[in-house]
Amino acid sequence: MAGIVGYGAYIPRYRIKVEEIAKVWGADAPSYKKGLMLREKSVPGPDQDVITIAVEAARNAMKRAGVSGAKVGAVYVGSESHPYAVKPTGTAVAEVIGAVNDCHCADLSFACKAGSEGMFLAYGLVKSGEVEYALGIGADTSQGAPGDALEYSAAAGGAAFLMGAKNVVATVECQYSFMSDTPDFWRREYMNYPRHGGRFTGDMAYFKHVRGGVEGILKKARAKTKDFKYAVFHQPNGKFPMKMAKDLGFSDEQMKTGLLVPALGNTYSGASPLGLSAILDEARPGDAILMCSFGSGAGSDAFIFTCTKELPKVQGKAKKTRDYLDTNPFYLDYGTYVKFRRKIRKNVED
Amino acid sequence: MLTPAIVRRNTPQRYRMEAQKCAKCGKVFFPPRVVCPCGSKKFRDYTLPSEGKVVTHTVIRTAPRGFGDEAPYCMGIVELSDGSRILCQIADCEPHRLKIGLPVSIELRKIQEAGESGVLAYGYKAVPER
Amino acid sequence: MRDVAIIGIGMTDFGELWNDSLRDLFVKASLEAMDDAGVDHIDGLVAGCMSPGLFAGQEHIGSLMADYLGQAPVPGVRVESACASGGMALRTGIAYVASGMHDVVLCGGVEKMTDVSGAQATYALATAADQDYEAFHGVTFPGLYAMIATAHMHKYGTKREDLAQVAVKNHDNGLLNPHAQYRMKITVEQVINSVKVADPLNILDCSPITDGAAAVIICPLEMAKKMKKKPVVKIAASTHATDTIALHQREDITWLDSTAVAAAKAYKMAGVKPQDIDFAEVHDCFTIAEICVLEALGVVKKGEGGKATREGMTARGGRFPVNPSGGLKSKGHPVGATGIAQIHEIVTQLRGDAGKRQLKRARRALAQNMGGSGGSAVVHILEVL
Repeated sequence: MAGIVGYGAYIPRYRIKVEEIAKVWGADAPSYKKGLMLREKSVPGPDQDVITIAVEAARNAMKRAGVSGAKVGAVYVGSESHPYAVKPTGTAVAEVIGAVNDCHCADLSFACKAGSEGMFLAYGLVKSGEVEYALGIGADTSQGAPGDALEYSAAAGGAAFLMGAKNVVATVECQYSFMSDTPDFWRREYMNYPRHGGRFTGDMAYFKHVRGGVEGILKKARAKTKDFKYAVFHQPNGKFPMKMAKDLGFSDEQMKTGLLVPALGNTYSGASPLGLSAILDEARPGDAILMCSFGSGAGSDAFIFTCTKELPKVQGKAKKTRDYLDTNPFYLDYGTYVKFRRKIRKNVED
Repeated sequence: MLTPAIVRRNTPQRYRMEAQKCAKCGKVFFPPRVVCPCGSKKFRDYTLPSEGKVVTHTVIRTAPRGFGDEAPYCMGIVELSDGSRILCQIADCEPHRLKIGLPVSIELRKIQEAGESGVLAYGYKAVPER
Repeated sequence: MRDVAIIGIGMTDFGELWNDSLRDLFVKASLEAMDDAGVDHIDGLVAGCMSPGLFAGQEHIGSLMADYLGQAPVPGVRVESACASGGMALRTGIAYVASGMHDVVLCGGVEKMTDVSGAQATYALATAADQDYEAFHGVTFPGLYAMIATAHMHKYGTKREDLAQVAVKNHDNGLLNPHAQYRMKITVEQVINSVKVADPLNILDCSPITDGAAAVIICPLEMAKKMKKKPVVKIAASTHATDTIALHQREDITWLDSTAVAAAKAYKMAGVKPQDIDFAEVHDCFTIAEICVLEALGVVKKGEGGKATREGMTARGGRFPVNPSGGLKSKGHPVGATGIAQIHEIVTQLRGDAGKRQLKRARRALAQNMGGSGGSAVVHILEVL
C-alpha cells in the first residue's frame, strides 16, 4: 500500500510573544491569549521565506526516506506566501533535492489547505503508479496586517511528505475532500495583507468544512472517532480545533500531540501538516491518525493514516518537529519583528 | 551582480553544493574547475558534506549594498566534515555565540535580492545547533 | 634586460578632494613627477587604477591620461590588480624600460573614491574579492581581514592591542607627512573603542576612503646616471606573485603567501637578505594586514608580527621602521595610487628629503603592495646609489 515514506518539518528560530504585539496596539494581551489559546508565534528570519522553509522540510523528508532525489517524479508546494507572485517555488525545492529535470512540479494555492492539497495529489500519483515518489509540501510565512487580529497568529513554518509505495512509514488508508465556494478570507491581487469576514469565518467556514471533511472521511472509511490514536485539524488558533474536536467527539488526548499552535501560531498551509509531522515523530506502529486541513474559500482535505513498523526506523534520522519548536527560540521585540517582516518604509538604497 | 543567467548558472553550487574531485590527485574543488594544479583535467562528481565547524569568523556591521537590512550579521569560514572550506554567513547566530570550532550545518537561505522586483538568489548559510 | 632607475616623483595630497576629478588628480601628480625628473616628454604611460568604472564611471583611462597630460599619442595603458594596481603600474613600466621598448616611462596610480556613497564604495572594493564565492555572501574587505585577524589572534595569541598599535604607530608617522589624509595622533584606547566595522576590526583599524594620485618617472639606469637629478635611485628588484583570491581556499588563513613568494624572489633578485633592508612601506589596509605582512616578508617569525609591533620594532626609531609615511592608515588609501605613493615615500627617504620624518638609515628599502585579501602582491626593492 502506498503512503508516506519520509516526512520532515521546519520552523524558523525567531518568535514574538502576544504581549509584545499587544503592547504596541494598546490591546489586552491576556484576553487575546485566552481568546486565541496562543502565547507566541514563529517569525521567519530576514533570509527565510517559503522556498527556504519548504527546502529544509523537504531535505528532512528525504533524509528520513533515504531515497535519491532523482526518483522523485513530482513536487508540489502549497502556500499562500510564495516568494514570487509568478515563478514557482517547487522548482527550487526540486533543484535542491536533485529531482531535476524529470519531474512534475506545481505550486498550489487554496489558502491554508494548499499544503494538504500537495499531499493529496502526490499520494494520488503514487497510488496510480504514475510516479515512484512524489513530494507534497505545505509552507507559509504569512502576514497579518499590523494591528489586525491575524497579526497575533500569522506564523512561519512548513512540513513535507514524500509519498511512495516502498518502505512506507504511514499508509494512506483513505483521503477525502470537502468544499464550497465561501468567501471567508481572501487577498486580492496587489494587496499586501489578506482580509477576512470576521465572525463569518467560524461556523460558516472553518467549522462547516472541517466537520464536512471529518464526517465525510469517517463515513467513506467506515471508521469512528475512537479508532484513532491521534487527530489533527487545521489550527488557525488554539480555540477552533479544540472546539471542533469536542463537537466531533475527539478527546484532548487524541488532539494534544498535533496541536502546535499555542507555541507556534498559525502556519497556514504548514499548520495541519506540521501537526501531522509532530505526531509521526512519536507515533508507534499500528497507530491510526486522522488529519483534516482547512482552507478558506473554502474546503478541507482529510486523510487517514496507519503507522507501520518502518516508522520507528526513520523517526530519528532528521530533526523532529518539537526540536524546531521548543529548542532555544529567539524572541524578537516588535521593532525588530517589523524590520524582519519589512513593514518599515525606508529610503531606497542607491 | 544578480541577473537571471548568473542565478541559474550558479544553482548547482548554491543549492546542492556540487563540487568535484580530481581523478588524479584527489583534491576537492568547490566550485568545479577545468584544470587541477596537478595538471589533470579529469574530475569525478562530488558533493560537499553539509556539516562542519567554524574556523574563523567576524560580525559584519558595515554591510555592502543590498545587505544593510541584515546587519549586523555573522560570517565565517567553515571547514566541512571532509576538510573542504567555504565562506558564508552564519545565520540565526547571536554574535556572542561565535567561536572557532562552533559546529554548524548548512541550510538554504535567501542571500540577495535584485531590488524590489528583481530575481531572488538563494544559497547556503551555516547555522549553529539551536 | 636593462637596470631601471627612478628619476622623478610626484603626488597630490591624499584626502577628500571634492574639487578634483579622476583626471585632475592623475595629471597633477604626473606633472609634478615630470618636473621633478626634469623631463617634458615621456615615451609611455602606465596608469594603475583599481576601478575607475565603478568609482568614477570612466574606463579607457590610459588614453584619457595621456591626452590630458599633453602626451598623446604616446602609448598609455591602465593596469589593474585591485589595491596592488599602483605597484603593478610600476612593474609594468619597468618591463617596458628594462626590455628596451621605451626609455622614459611615467608610472602613475590614481583613485577617485569620494564621488560615490559609502555603500557603493564598499561594493566597488568588494569586487576585488571572489564575486561568486565571497562577495555574493555579503562579505566586505574589512570582514575578510577581520577573519584573518580572528584566526591570527586564535592561532598565535596576537592581542587586540597589538592590532591597535599598528594604527597608533602609523598615525604617529602620518602626523609628520604633509600629504597625509589623517594627521592626528590616536591612542590604543581610541582604536579599541572606535565604531565597530567587522569584529574585531573597528573604524580606526581600517584605512580610509581617499582621493589621490601619485606618479614616478623611470628610465634606464645608465641614462639616469647621466641626468641632473641626484641621487639616483635604482630599482634593485621588482616582483609579483598571486594566490587564490578567495580567502577560504588558502591552506593557512593567516599567511600571505603571495607576499612571501614575491618578497623571497625580490631578495634574491636584489642579492640581499631581509636584514639588509633599512625600512619598508607596506600595505596596511587594515591593522592586521601589517602584522601579517611583517611575517610574510620574513622580518619576523610566523606569528610574531603582533609582538614585534608591540615591542616597537616597526616604529620610526625601531630596528625596522615600517610605513614612515603614515601608511595606508594615516596617509590614506586611494587604492590605485597606494602602490606608487609607497614608492614616492621611499624615494623621498632615500634622497634624504623626508624632513621631520626622515629616517636616520635610509639606503635600501622595500615596498609591498597587496591586492584583495592577498590574492596579489607586488614587491619592489629600491637602493640609492
